[in-house]
Amino acid sequence: MIDLIQSQLTFTNLILLFIIAAVLLMTLLGFVSYAIYFERKFIGWIQLRIGPNRTGPLGLFQSFADILKLLIKEDVIPTKADKTLFIIAPVIAFAPAFIVLATIPYAENLPFADLNVGLLYYIAISGLTTLGMLMGGWASNNKYALLGGMRSAAQMISYEVPLVISVIGVILMTGSLKLSAIVEGQAGYIWNWNIFPQAVAFIIFLIAAVSELNRTPFDLPEAESELVAGYHVEYSGFRFAFFMLAEYTYVFAFSALTTILFLGGWHAPLPALEFVPGILWFLLKFSFMVFFLYWIRATLPRLRVDQLMGLGWKVLLPIALVNVFITAIVLEIIRN
Amino acid sequence: MSDEIKTPEQLEAEKAAKVQAAAEARAARAAAKAAAEAEAAEATPKEPSPQQPILDRLVAIVNEQVGSDIIVESYINEMDAHIPTLVVKADNWAALAPILKNHEELQLEYLRNLSGVDRETHMECVYYLINLTNKQNYAIKVTTDRDNAIIPSVTPVWATAEWNEREVFDLLGIQFPGHPNMKRIMLTDDWVGHPLRKDYVQIDSEV
Amino acid sequence: MLRTEELLLNVGPQHPSTHGVFRIVLKIDGEIIKEATPVIGYLHRGTEKLAENLNYTQIIPYTDRMDYVSAMTNNYALVNSVEKMMQLEIPERAEFLRLIVMELQRIASHLVWFGTYLLDIGAMSPFLYAFRDRETIINLFNELCGARLTYFYMRVGGVKWDAPEGWIEKVKNFLPEMRRNLDEYHELVSGNEIFLARVKGIGKYDAQTAINFGLSGANLRSTGVKWDLRKDQPYSIYDRFEFDVATHPDGDCWSRYVVRMEEIKQSIRILEQAVEQFPAEGEIMGKVPRVIRPAEGEVYAGIESPRGEIGVHIVSKGKAEPYRLKFRRPSFTNLQILEKLLVGENITNMVTILGGIDIVLGEVDG
Repeated sequence: MIDLIQSQLTFTNLILLFIIAAVLLMTLLGFVSYAIYFERKFIGWIQLRIGPNRTGPLGLFQSFADILKLLIKEDVIPTKADKTLFIIAPVIAFAPAFIVLATIPYAENLPFADLNVGLLYYIAISGLTTLGMLMGGWASNNKYALLGGMRSAAQMISYEVPLVISVIGVILMTGSLKLSAIVEGQAGYIWNWNIFPQAVAFIIFLIAAVSELNRTPFDLPEAESELVAGYHVEYSGFRFAFFMLAEYTYVFAFSALTTILFLGGWHAPLPALEFVPGILWFLLKFSFMVFFLYWIRATLPRLRVDQLMGLGWKVLLPIALVNVFITAIVLEIIRN
Repeated sequence: MSDEIKTPEQLEAEKAAKVQAAAEARAARAAAKAAAEAEAAEATPKEPSPQQPILDRLVAIVNEQVGSDIIVESYINEMDAHIPTLVVKADNWAALAPILKNHEELQLEYLRNLSGVDRETHMECVYYLINLTNKQNYAIKVTTDRDNAIIPSVTPVWATAEWNEREVFDLLGIQFPGHPNMKRIMLTDDWVGHPLRKDYVQIDSEV
Repeated sequence: MLRTEELLLNVGPQHPSTHGVFRIVLKIDGEIIKEATPVIGYLHRGTEKLAENLNYTQIIPYTDRMDYVSAMTNNYALVNSVEKMMQLEIPERAEFLRLIVMELQRIASHLVWFGTYLLDIGAMSPFLYAFRDRETIINLFNELCGARLTYFYMRVGGVKWDAPEGWIEKVKNFLPEMRRNLDEYHELVSGNEIFLARVKGIGKYDAQTAINFGLSGANLRSTGVKWDLRKDQPYSIYDRFEFDVATHPDGDCWSRYVVRMEEIKQSIRILEQAVEQFPAEGEIMGKVPRVIRPAEGEVYAGIESPRGEIGVHIVSKGKAEPYRLKFRRPSFTNLQILEKLLVGENITNMVTILGGIDIVLGEVDG
């Protein structure tokens, strides 16, 4: 794949790259449909009920039924809404989510676009989604949407900072921003994975990631019980599906990123289990992260917006900074 | 046996028998009731209610603190667990209410219920007060005219009266001067008339 | 200086957290509420006016629909007032059945409150756990009187249906299960940091304010005032059973939560004693005349419903229909304090405070 990207851009190469991107998009859409299905099933089991089980065997076609329903709905744009912004907001929310997937390496032979500054690219592009949400909130011409959009902007900006700073520890240890290099740095077995030396950073990253994803306990922008769906309250049909797609694509992206940064990517935990191919390990760890996110959603209540801000700036940021200093000092000591 | 089909004559006979039995039972009951009433009338006069001293003390306090001529009537409502009841006119209510709340012997801080009643000759509001420490209940009735129904608001005294008075205004049309927000509460602001009044004519009688 | 404007936000009649059709018009500055005006009356059905044309037994189904989450206590409020007026004797078995269903109803109502309160705060799962227990209670009621929500169970003088075979056994078996589940709820929710941060210190008022506003039920007891009509103005056969009155000194949303959870525990305690002492046989309806015609007079009787003091004020002119029937509804009176608590609060806290007061709109509007 690397050679394909680094070779000259002939017409055939362009078609090939386009096909690979399309395959990734299809995989992503398949993931999103089944992630939604599994979320509903999993949360249902936690809540002593079954979840979808009627459409198709075991309810497996539920997501397709929902997507079909959303596709055939009437396209309603509120009269006084800002038409242009209203229409492009979902696109701006979703596009960065998909663009970000370009740099994630799933296995040794599937590195995709392995940029030298992969991690930086990831964090920079994922910040653009906030713009889409803000636009959606403003353009809807609805006070609830506006409140939701404002809260979402405040929340995402506040949590970007601890997110990035917690990752700096990992970067210091690896010495590179290249995602595949970070995975290589964890080669060996479970005791080499970054989660152990960087346990504090892992916890902060996890909390900040849940907040970036706008999921419970940080889902105030779409707090159902107060803002009646917040910034996407006026959206229906496929535009709404775009926002949902963006959210689940980020679930995909962040779970993948956590696996790469802290859980050893495609490496096996124990020597005895080496025979299992790398991509399968990646998928296993990735699935565990996804289910962890669902588990938290089913269990915890929601934070209030001022408590959320307080948590981000007054607790997570100082701890992340301290973590960076300690990592730097320990690395200096080890080097000498 | 009870399932067998009876002939019409048998049914008629049964029905006649039942009617006669019912008439006899009614007569017997009426006779027994008359006898009991006669007996009761001959019996000793009613003993005073256990709450009578409390009523007397309330009347004394009111006469002392507010004025000796404001109580229209005072009695014990035997049906309602002998609750001491006062009847006053609306003009005197504003002076009486704070006494009921703040007098050290009464301390009626809790307004349990505020009902408006349309008595056809006049309107009245009944206030049920209670002292949470000694659990003594009192009922105060405030009467006013029907056409120009005005009762001073007790919201400054018991804050719980705020919405209750709005409801009484909305449904019965009694005005409460001194109320911070005298607007309709249940019905829409542009409703005409006061439904709970006995002479209320429904806008659409078919409904 | 930047010029900021106040936003007029209408938390309209249709909203997931207003517990029914309730509207509150907020003037907000950013996220702080400057002014709050509640608007009610969306569910006003004119029950009091209708009651003037119905006889007393016909009014009982209307009471079911006022506070539809705890219909049994509403039924009892009405029949209690009529029985007080007519000084009727209620048979033992009927009294026991009434007490058992009222306490079961208290548990069911508090479970609804628990589930929906946590749903408002954002946790989705306790709602379903609470409803699992409520299902058991509702099924018991279904067996007893044929209905799941609006029972029309009590009559003037007794109850309509006797407990079927094995019903008391089922109630007996439900009680230890409910105790276990209550511990589970405490484990899941009461220690949760996020929940505590959301409810502690929110919506605080003191005992003097509570008494002045005529609050009742958990709203009054959460300020430390020990006032429970079951003990202080006893009715039915409550004086035969041992139970504690739950209070908490703080007066915020957390206290109301603690008080209500403790009330569930005390209800279980009363029920355990009641099923022990349940008379094996007896009449379920007392000696009541065929047409219920109280003498001329007026009466007010209040009982302790899960939401507070529900009372019925009846003015009778000796006819089969009441001359004036007034319901003293706890949610109506309790809701008045919302306006005072909201000024200066965050909008998010509005939902928490409103949930903590525990209102049912059918009762607020009557």
